[in-house]
Amino acid sequence: MSEPALKQAPLFEDNDWDFAHLKTTFNAIEEIALNDLGLEVYPNQIEIISSEQMLDAYSSHGMPLMYKHWSFGKHFARDEQMYRRGYTGLAYEIVINSNPCIAYLMEENTMTMQALVMAHACFGHNHFFKNNYLFQQWTDAEGILPYLDFAKKYIAKCEDEYGFDEVEKILDSAHALMDQGVFRYNRPPRLSEADLLAKIAARADYEQKTFNDIWRTLPNLEEPDDEMEERQAEVKNIKLPEENLLYFIEKASPILRPWQRELVRIVRNISQYFYPQKQTKVMNEGCATFVHHYIMSEMFERGLIGEGSMMEFLHSHSSVVFQPDFDDPRYSGINPYALGFAMMQDIKRICEKPSDEDREWFPALAGSGDWRGALKDAWANYRDESFILQYLSPTVMRNMRMFALEDESENPHIEISAIHDERGFRRVREKLAGMYDLGMHEPNIQVVAADLDGDRMLTLRHAVHRGRKLDPKTLEDVVWHIHNLWGHKVKLDEEPA
Amino acid sequence: MFYSLLAIRYSLTRMNQFHFIDRRKNPKGKSLGNRQRFLKRARTQIKEAVNKSLRDRSLKEIEKGEKITIPSKSTAEPRFRLDPDSGEREMVHPGNKEFTAGDKIKKPPKGGGKGQGKQASDSGEGEDSFQFTLTQDEFLDIFFEDLELPNLVKRSLKEVKANAYRRAGFTVAGSPTNMNLIRTMRNAHGRRLALRRPSTREVNELKARLFELERISQPSEAEIAEKKALIIKLEEMEARRRWAPFIDPLDVRYNAYEPTPVETTSAVMFCLMDVSGSMGEREKDLAKRFYMLLYLFLTRRYERVEVVFIRHTHHAEEVDEQTFFYSRQSGGTVVSTALEKMLEVQKERFPASDWNIYVAQASDGFTQSGDAQLCVEMLDRQVMPISQYYAYIEILDERELEVFSDADSGAELWRAYRGFAPKWPNFAQTRIARPQDIFPVFRELFSKNAKEAA
Repeated sequence: MSEPALKQAPLFEDNDWDFAHLKTTFNAIEEIALNDLGLEVYPNQIEIISSEQMLDAYSSHGMPLMYKHWSFGKHFARDEQMYRRGYTGLAYEIVINSNPCIAYLMEENTMTMQALVMAHACFGHNHFFKNNYLFQQWTDAEGILPYLDFAKKYIAKCEDEYGFDEVEKILDSAHALMDQGVFRYNRPPRLSEADLLAKIAARADYEQKTFNDIWRTLPNLEEPDDEMEERQAEVKNIKLPEENLLYFIEKASPILRPWQRELVRIVRNISQYFYPQKQTKVMNEGCATFVHHYIMSEMFERGLIGEGSMMEFLHSHSSVVFQPDFDDPRYSGINPYALGFAMMQDIKRICEKPSDEDREWFPALAGSGDWRGALKDAWANYRDESFILQYLSPTVMRNMRMFALEDESENPHIEISAIHDERGFRRVREKLAGMYDLGMHEPNIQVVAADLDGDRMLTLRHAVHRGRKLDPKTLEDVVWHIHNLWGHKVKLDEEPA
Repeated sequence: MFYSLLAIRYSLTRMNQFHFIDRRKNPKGKSLGNRQRFLKRARTQIKEAVNKSLRDRSLKEIEKGEKITIPSKSTAEPRFRLDPDSGEREMVHPGNKEFTAGDKIKKPPKGGGKGQGKQASDSGEGEDSFQFTLTQDEFLDIFFEDLELPNLVKRSLKEVKANAYRRAGFTVAGSPTNMNLIRTMRNAHGRRLALRRPSTREVNELKARLFELERISQPSEAEIAEKKALIIKLEEMEARRRWAPFIDPLDVRYNAYEPTPVETTSAVMFCLMDVSGSMGEREKDLAKRFYMLLYLFLTRRYERVEVVFIRHTHHAEEVDEQTFFYSRQSGGTVVSTALEKMLEVQKERFPASDWNIYVAQASDGFTQSGDAQLCVEMLDRQVMPISQYYAYIEILDERELEVFSDADSGAELWRAYRGFAPKWPNFAQTRIARPQDIFPVFRELFSKNAKEAA
């Protein structure tokens, strides 16, 4: 009676997990996530899988449903090799931006790890998926699973109908253009519109009925006139230059047959779906890591997990956020978990215990006390680039001892342009943000002309930014793939932007 | 019982709403289709790699999977990339120790150990080679791909009849586990409709009305009449329901399975080996490798393969594998005894009409003088007519191989066989001196083209 009744008995003592313990632990985590942190999440669906299944999911973009393609087999073979030889561990979890939010937990995880993973994926990532503006605007959590299911069946059907090789040819070429298959500025249409799917089904049905082997050699004969008109009208409406190469080719290619256009569209839609994830690696992982760290610590405070579990958790947590120095043999760039977690912890610190420096840099945040609100605002309204530009504090730069390099190909020297000091903070921050700007790393290639009435030549332009040309090692191969989809001459110019 | 089955089904579907789903029992190998597509894609390169790796491989390892390295070009996935060696770039790195703004660092010479190479190889391209592991099955499939068993056409594979159960419609009798619920319920439903079985709902409605009437304390004439009518009606209905039950034994249907004979192919492989003093460990080891390869090959073509081991000195006996390879015996060498023994075993247990017969004989080529001729006669008259294939491997040491580089010269047995071999296309003889020879020799014996040429 003398002890305050705050401390409870730990939820689990055993290293091995079972479903009963998973459930009680999940409920405890949920209680903290929703009532303390105030997260907003999609309903959770948690699936337990074996390591082999984890490898499976790995190799196909981490999606539970994916069409078949040799490149996924290749990735699987590579990942399996790495895993079996112990070069890499497997992720403890995979989580999918869908509604309900599906999280995969590996059966090999200990009970503590399952708790960590549930906090990380089912609440951290889940909240981010549901609230971040990029995901809100650019992906369709409701529609993705039905769409993938459709894509898988459609492609399997095409393989039956037209042969593996024909389907492979189109998919290979479309995959080569995946990075150029996204709309960056205007919002893509929703995937799951029922009438769209119905239209595709009707189209397939029509092809079935009108299929005639004699016409096989003549392209495009199966495309009904009205569809063709509709498509051509759409092509006329495309205002050049067009940055979405796959979209342009899908609509305007003179040689693709309707089913081939559909394959290109499937690849394009999947690429679009992953586009926000590429732009929010630091934030997404940072958010999930912050959430699991907070929840696990809170559970320990309340006595819901024992000291042994806490030690195990801290061990895994610190390996996840480990950032080797640039001269460390293990260094392979900035660890998004480390950067994201450090920044978010720092936002919390600035809100609660600001220094004078913080008051100067973040007058609105410093000392406000409402770190929950500040973080939720950041999670909802930023992507990596803008988040760093807005929130990277001198403290974090100093702690991570960041420095910026300038590298000109003509110059025999690399120059240190700024370091973590009073003069350098703003520059380092700006450069770091620039590293997360996809526009700086992915070549900006646009369709500038397509002579549809004449010789049908497709002209592309690479806008060269800061003298960075396309890598000649892959250039020819990719152009060959474009040619494969376009069927006529393809020209690619490189011009300074 | 019917109800309980249905109830289980419903409860299974309802479980899906649960928070956790255990997927571990889901069928494995979801990525198998992808893997097959990948292997097909890189077929030529994989094949080259397989053949190369076989040259320095021992037979024990053939049971395992194999690591294969292929040039990555064939399976590259090119994307547009920015050339890392062009233009200006700015990067931020952590862990500064001594730099201050304005420091200049000399770039490492071009092409020399660039630390960033790892990033480019993320997706396998950029690297020159791609390494992965083939399973044993995949490995052997590729290895045996362009080999074939000789004389398959001449004597079609003899079959041993075995029974497999196939679906054969429905029957009215069977075991409860085979009951077909859909058929049964459909029949019952049809019969109930035909016999106008009153439904539970109709009965309940009448009953409800009856209770209503009975609750009236002072019923009128009409109500009493109605009540009577109702009771009679209900009795009729109950009777009808008893007469036409919900499910009648007549309705029940079972899935029927019929045994169908399936042709299975089987082969017997006779291993004959000289174990006299002149055959040392090395010779036996070489012979063993050849036998194992042949065995593996046969098991991929036949569903059932039996192996008979016959060893001989001046007399022959059938032994088990262990004795065959590892125990020694001293004595003279009379090869024909082994052939006699083989024929004896074959007549007793493996009638030629039911079995494909393969014989592999290993020897160092020495036999009692005069015996070689006897062997040739036995082969010609008795063994070759019933055999699918007969392979004679002469195991030499390396010096001898040079001496006998000419195919026509050799020990007595070799020359004797050489004279008679042209008569039988399914007879082959060859010499092995080193482990490395075994795979090439084996391929030579069974390659499709060589057979066509012969």
